[in-house]
Amino acid sequence: MIWFERLWHRRKLEEELEKELRFHLDQNAADLMARGHNAEEARRRARLALGGSEQVKELCRDARGTRWLEDLWQDFRYAFRTLRQKPGFAAVVLLTLALGTGATTVMFSVINGVLLKPLPYPEPERLLTLNEQTEKITSPIWGNLWAFAYPNFLDCQRESRSLHLAAYRYTGGTASERGEAVHVEGFQISSNLFSVLGIPLSRGRAFLPEEDRRGAAPVIIVSYSLWQRLFAGNPGAVGKPLVMDGKSFTIVGITPAGFRVNRDEVDVFTPLGQDASASMGNRDRHPGIEVLARLRAGLTLAQAQTDLAAIGRHLAEQYPESNAGRTFIAHPLRPDVGDVGPTLWLLLGAVGLVMLIACVNVASLLVARAVSRERELAMRAALGASRSRLVRQCLTESAVLGLSGGLLGVWLAAMGIRPFVAFWPGSLPRAEEVGLDWHVLLFAVAVSLASGILFGLAPALRAPARELEQTLRAGARTVAGSSRRLHAGFVISEIALAVVLLVAAGMLGRTLLRLSALDPGFDYRNVLVTRMALSSDVLANPAKIRAAWQDVLDHARRVPGVESVATVDTVPMRTGNNQLGYWNTPAVPPVNEQPLALANSVSPDYLKVMGIPLLEGRFFNDHDRLGGELVVVIDDVLAERAFGRQDPVGKHLWLPDNGSPFSSGGKGPDAARVVGVVRHVRQWGLASDDQAKVRAQFYYPFAQVPDPLMRRWSELMSIAVRTSIPPSNVLEPLRRELRGATGGVSGDQSLYEVYTMQQLVSDSLARQRFLMLLFGIFAGLAMLLACVGIYGVLAYLTGQRVPEFGVRMALGASAGDVMRLVLRQSLGMIFVGVGLGVVGALAAGRLLVHLVDGMLPAGPATFAIMIPVLVAAALFASFLPARRASRVDPMTALRQE
Amino acid sequence: MRAAKSNLPQGTLDLLILKVVALGPVHGYAIAQRLLQVSRDVVQVPQGSLYPALHRLENRGLLAADWNETETGREAKFYRLTRKGRAELGTEAASWQRLTEAVGLILGMAEGGTK
Repeated sequence: MIWFERLWHRRKLEEELEKELRFHLDQNAADLMARGHNAEEARRRARLALGGSEQVKELCRDARGTRWLEDLWQDFRYAFRTLRQKPGFAAVVLLTLALGTGATTVMFSVINGVLLKPLPYPEPERLLTLNEQTEKITSPIWGNLWAFAYPNFLDCQRESRSLHLAAYRYTGGTASERGEAVHVEGFQISSNLFSVLGIPLSRGRAFLPEEDRRGAAPVIIVSYSLWQRLFAGNPGAVGKPLVMDGKSFTIVGITPAGFRVNRDEVDVFTPLGQDASASMGNRDRHPGIEVLARLRAGLTLAQAQTDLAAIGRHLAEQYPESNAGRTFIAHPLRPDVGDVGPTLWLLLGAVGLVMLIACVNVASLLVARAVSRERELAMRAALGASRSRLVRQCLTESAVLGLSGGLLGVWLAAMGIRPFVAFWPGSLPRAEEVGLDWHVLLFAVAVSLASGILFGLAPALRAPARELEQTLRAGARTVAGSSRRLHAGFVISEIALAVVLLVAAGMLGRTLLRLSALDPGFDYRNVLVTRMALSSDVLANPAKIRAAWQDVLDHARRVPGVESVATVDTVPMRTGNNQLGYWNTPAVPPVNEQPLALANSVSPDYLKVMGIPLLEGRFFNDHDRLGGELVVVIDDVLAERAFGRQDPVGKHLWLPDNGSPFSSGGKGPDAARVVGVVRHVRQWGLASDDQAKVRAQFYYPFAQVPDPLMRRWSELMSIAVRTSIPPSNVLEPLRRELRGATGGVSGDQSLYEVYTMQQLVSDSLARQRFLMLLFGIFAGLAMLLACVGIYGVLAYLTGQRVPEFGVRMALGASAGDVMRLVLRQSLGMIFVGVGLGVVGALAAGRLLVHLVDGMLPAGPATFAIMIPVLVAAALFASFLPARRASRVDPMTALRQE
Repeated sequence: MRAAKSNLPQGTLDLLILKVVALGPVHGYAIAQRLLQVSRDVVQVPQGSLYPALHRLENRGLLAADWNETETGREAKFYRLTRKGRAELGTEAASWQRLTEAVGLILGMAEGGTK
């Protein structure tokens, strides 16, 4: 029989064992009777010869090899019975554990979804991202990596034997087929993008290769959500036209719901090959084309790399003027989640601490119970249970507790995940991937089992080994010194952990206070910023673009409540910035040694709209025009960096040709005269600006951007409006006024990404505020748990000492003396805990400073505020048992003895 | 009488059981009796450890068991050797033989030394 069969037939095996042994006894007795013993004597001798039949049975059961399982089952049932006997105890323990496991599980499921899960495509490990790579570093930000030139992509796609390549490029537009014109985000894609990613369309079809060429009929694929918004999910939408930027496209397909290209979810897809811009045919131009690839079956990344290098060499020979020193490089495609990683791990750490405190709390409860069960365990040991058997039984009990708590915790987590994700400041990347899956469940089970063993170990190891008769004789009253030390250890570690969390919360709170008080460098009240798309027939002509923006400003100024209005490309504290190299002489150093500054393209009223103080010189005016002298205005940070103590006004900055917004790819750097100095603006947000790598700023007139760049710049422009009334009240009139303002096809302009500057300033602290809130909650929980723990332990310890107090009082101690005695005991534990906690908090503080922008180091003030709070709470928790001890009636106490 | 009996060396009980069972299907009580008789009461098998040993051997697949009637008409569990058990008996017996010969040699040499 295999072991599980033996387990299955346990009852039959028991019966057979019984029968076999009875046969033996009967046979032996019969033999003895045959030799002349009387029946009774024969049976007695037979039993003696065999030995205790129960012991023999036990040994035979051991021989079955299924013993551990049967014991486990027995222990399980016993554990449930004992828990049912004390429902209050069980409820407290289960609730503590459920909260701990639940919170930990929520955090882990977020980490699992955001950081650990692969991208949601079939065989994601075979997906790669490709770049062009030059020998020399060419950009201060991108190093030697480049986006693909379209002809290079086509050649790689055709020649690669190891990869299926697909390309996509960001594009935006205004869809105006149905109802109100809406701004849509889109990708121009190679026809095979969906098949390379391995995602079939939900309706219709993907693009055909012959549609991926210039001059082919305009076709479009719309996202599931746009289909819902524009067509209310009508299946007849496939084949219908959709007008975008004045051009009519035929809808050929609809993506599955939630389809994303890595992180980006866009509304429309058009064939990349249909783009007729000059830059698409030019091997020298790199119009932002991203390339993805899927490894062909059975090939490795290294093989693909060799393949790409060969193609690179081949193209460099064929087109030396554009491709010399240029090759192609592949990296595994990884989910793009920005910088949320550290925050998530930080929160998991904090939750882990709360979980630890919960475990310690449960452990102290269990030990208290184990001490009162000492006699039961001693009795079992006396009846022949081995020590390992008793330890196993205790661990099974705590594992049952841990697992039941974990089960409740998973249930709590399942309820809590969505609210938590929604609560995340800004949008959590890959939030759609967050949920309970088997990884998370495995984690939850592991955590509950580990916690069960963690809090069960201390009580289990107390299982009696020696001096059984002493324990049995002593009764339930005596507390061994080791138990008191163990309890003190629990209290100390709980307090230490709570101190760590409290100090962390205090640090975050202080940091938040300081950051909120920072001057953003501009007046953020009553300012509205919004992006705006010009109509496509305007975009074709640079002169028309300039006129259109002038029209927009003129129209906006007319809206009641608007004080001033300006155009700006990179709004402070909003995503998106333009980092450019600069130098203070014409001898500009190589790219990787150039200092960087944040460039802002604005119209003359920008300073007025934002309320940025002018420190020196002047800001732009309408005379700073195309063809005139190039001018810039710098902030005080750049002034100091570039010119030190010299007066910057009248000096020049040289902008290298690879990024200068003044040139259209001319030769040599452009010189721009500094005409004014303004106050630094916290472009990166209140919290992050001080740590930002690139802080220096300069402004240049939108009017001086040359014609070839006009279209691109225009696509990035926003307008900023200063209002005399609450800015949200201006939005609707502004929208009405600007519709059709530029004289193009009327009604196809839309405002999008609308914010007030107040929102942006407040959002720039969202992460800090969020962390503080969570840490505050965790610290509060930790403190509560620690207090419950202290109360429980002290109540137990003083309860054990009642007879001692009785004696003391009988000998003349006052109630106050007894109370002081108890409080002194708890104060000792509290202070050791605080001491250890301070050490831990200093370490945790360093980690926080490292991970959170704008974090202040843990100063004495933080400790000075947080620690008394904890000590007061802990003393309050010890006060109740102390008072009870002081009211002991000496006579009753002594009679108990 | 007591002095003449010697305790069984560790691990030899299994070997003895296999040998006894090799003679034909036999129940537990008979095995105990056979061991006593054959060893002329020298080898004292604690009956309490006989059954755990039998069950262990059964679980290892060296013995198989069937319930059959004895000559007195009672049902008893009869053990018999499996193919695996027979192979085990062969190797174990051989190794025991070698061991006892070696021990005998050493003891003989030691006696020779004192003479």
